[in-house]
Amino acid sequence: MPEVEIRQVCLFYGSKQALFDIDLDIGRREVTAFIGPSGCGKSTLLRCMNRLNDLVDNVRVTGSIRLSGGEVLDPTLDVTDLRKRVGMVFQKPNPFPKTIYENVAYGPRILGIKQKARLDEIVERSLHSAAIWEEVKDRLHDNALALSGGQHQRLCIARTIAVEPEVVLMDEPCSALDPIATTKIEELIHELKQQYTIVIVTHNMQQAARVSDHTAFMYLGRLVEFGKTDKLFTTPEKQETEDYITGRFG
Amino acid sequence: MNVSFGKFWKSGDPFIWMTGGALALSLIMIISLIVIVAANALGYYWPDRLVQVTLKDGTELLGQRIVSEPIPTPDTPAATVQSRTEFQVANRDLYGADFRWVNDADITARSFPAEALLFERWEWGPLFGFLTTVTQDGKVIAEGFARAWDKFQEIHPRTQETLERIHRIERKEIGDINYALEHARLGLKRIQTEERDPARAAKYVTALEQEIATLQHRYAEKAAELKTLYDENARYRFLVRAAGGKEKELPVAAVVRAFLPNQLSWWGRFKLYVTRLVEFVWDDPRESNTEGGVFPAIFGTVIMVLIMSMMVVPFGVIAALYLREYAKQGPMVRAVRIAVNNLAGVPSIVFGVFGLGFFVYVLGGGIDRLFYPEALPTPTYGTGGMLWASLTLALLTVPVVIVATEESLSSIPREWREGSLALGATKWETIRKIVLPGALPGILTGMILAMARGAGEVAPLMITGVVKLAPTLPLDAHAPFFHLERKFMHLGFHIYDVGFQSPNVEAAKPMVFMTTMLLIGIILLLNLTAIIVRNRLRNRLRFGTF
Repeated sequence: MPEVEIRQVCLFYGSKQALFDIDLDIGRREVTAFIGPSGCGKSTLLRCMNRLNDLVDNVRVTGSIRLSGGEVLDPTLDVTDLRKRVGMVFQKPNPFPKTIYENVAYGPRILGIKQKARLDEIVERSLHSAAIWEEVKDRLHDNALALSGGQHQRLCIARTIAVEPEVVLMDEPCSALDPIATTKIEELIHELKQQYTIVIVTHNMQQAARVSDHTAFMYLGRLVEFGKTDKLFTTPEKQETEDYITGRFG
Repeated sequence: MNVSFGKFWKSGDPFIWMTGGALALSLIMIISLIVIVAANALGYYWPDRLVQVTLKDGTELLGQRIVSEPIPTPDTPAATVQSRTEFQVANRDLYGADFRWVNDADITARSFPAEALLFERWEWGPLFGFLTTVTQDGKVIAEGFARAWDKFQEIHPRTQETLERIHRIERKEIGDINYALEHARLGLKRIQTEERDPARAAKYVTALEQEIATLQHRYAEKAAELKTLYDENARYRFLVRAAGGKEKELPVAAVVRAFLPNQLSWWGRFKLYVTRLVEFVWDDPRESNTEGGVFPAIFGTVIMVLIMSMMVVPFGVIAALYLREYAKQGPMVRAVRIAVNNLAGVPSIVFGVFGLGFFVYVLGGGIDRLFYPEALPTPTYGTGGMLWASLTLALLTVPVVIVATEESLSSIPREWREGSLALGATKWETIRKIVLPGALPGILTGMILAMARGAGEVAPLMITGVVKLAPTLPLDAHAPFFHLERKFMHLGFHIYDVGFQSPNVEAAKPMVFMTTMLLIGIILLLNLTAIIVRNRLRNRLRFGTF
């Protein structure tokens, strides 16, 4: 059974439609990549899954997104609960202007965990999982902003998994990083796949090919093709997909 | 020619010169303001020599030279222009005027008599002259300059100690008794008007009447003690011969300090200068504010600015939070924002009138009717006071805080907010833990601007609680310690009052400059403190821990 079922999702900014009838199943403990040219709606679709689009005025979403069977788009749903289950890593690393420790402990504290020992344990485990523990263990109480860009992003991943979400959304997590930092994040995605369902939006087709199990190609707000990554990149069914992955446009 | 000028214009150099010039001009104006104030202020307390001048008609003057200037006569050629000199001759009670202009051509002789004495007095301003005798109980005990001066120096400190004791009794001890008496009297009145049960009322009344009797007894004791102290000080008197021949006899206790200005060494002058400066900062004013210190005004200014800040910052921040974070952005919010900005441009006296009408009469009057009915018709809160003046200024400066806070809230990156929300934080948690800490430096900037504006305002204060002379500070040892209903003194108003409302403008002039310098200094100090705090926060936000 898929972790997330997206059915007939349409999204409107005012009267302008940005997503058209998206149908997609995201498998449990798999990496699903969304690819496509800029403005095709990949990030918008991603942000539907944790209802971050609610922050934008005049947005209307129709259709259904089910997370482990529960309806995400239900207007009566407590979005803070949803967002605890669906974590998100942003395009631009966004550590808070707090200490490394406080950054990771932010989510658990929101959940109401107060005991120092529990928090310590969560922080250490999360930083371990995000493969950054060795680099920061001696300066947990320094300001997080003093870290490098790649470390920022891994810290943000640690912060996201500290609340143990079911799904981790990644919105072009490597687009602001250098190749070495990118490699580290990709390795990390491989590790995290053991425990979390990951949805990643990327511009980089090699990256999608490297890290994902399934790939969705989107174009102009529509889902053009969705399938196993190996198959989509080697024998795409649609002409548009082939044109895009061979670099003929986009 | 034309081409090269066009090129010069396009290169942007003229613009650089223009901007640089504008900055330089502002700097020059600010610096000259400070220099002029400081030059006029700082020389005032330096003890000058006393010069004795004999005029053509035989008149003798003893005084300190203030300034010389050419006599403005439009018809005479420049070479024959005469000059005149202004002397401070003091001795207001003997000759009427403190200052005298003398044509330099009329002066036949100048000297600096070594025995000339300068007496600073508690009342009537300084006295210049020569000491002739010191008397005790009406009998001469020392005669001639040397013996009389020795005797004077021996007796004078004792009289000042007694005077200090008198002040303490009058201000503190009798003040306390009066405070308690007033309290008891009001309690009595309250019981008579409010207590329904006659038996209980009678019990309270007897207790209070007893208390009043004890207090009155203590008051009589203190009054008797005062009388003996006054009598003791009245025993010692001295006689001074002023220039021009008049003589003046007065009690030794009437003198603050006396010295021989023509015999002082540099070090002696310097010590005297420092003593006078310290007196200026720490003492109460005397002689309708033209002498003595300005401590109550400093205190009033600082306390008022602090209370204003405590009121305006939370209020402004909360308003800005709603406007920026919660209100739905649209024409309504835009209109509110424009209104807030315009509020900053309303003349301050308008806020003063509002403060008087709303805070003093409506709020204050209401509080009086509810909580202090026994004191009516004497108003407690229904008259100008520290609280109402601070609130009026808070209202005046709240647009500054709102605008600065809004700016700073909008500068918090969207990624931080989204990051927090994506972790399952509510909007309020995000504001409390991410947005507000990040906006703190900007909020403090708003506070600094508000403080700077508030500390410099005078007009609205004049009708909401500032007075020329406040008998008590708004903070003292009587519970509840803060007496925000009291009227207070303020440096800005002090400048206005001393400079333009004083009966003796010439004598008060240096005081105006001193007070101005002090006010500038205090505002600078308050702002610097806030700026240092803000920069620390900002650095922590950027690099350190937060």
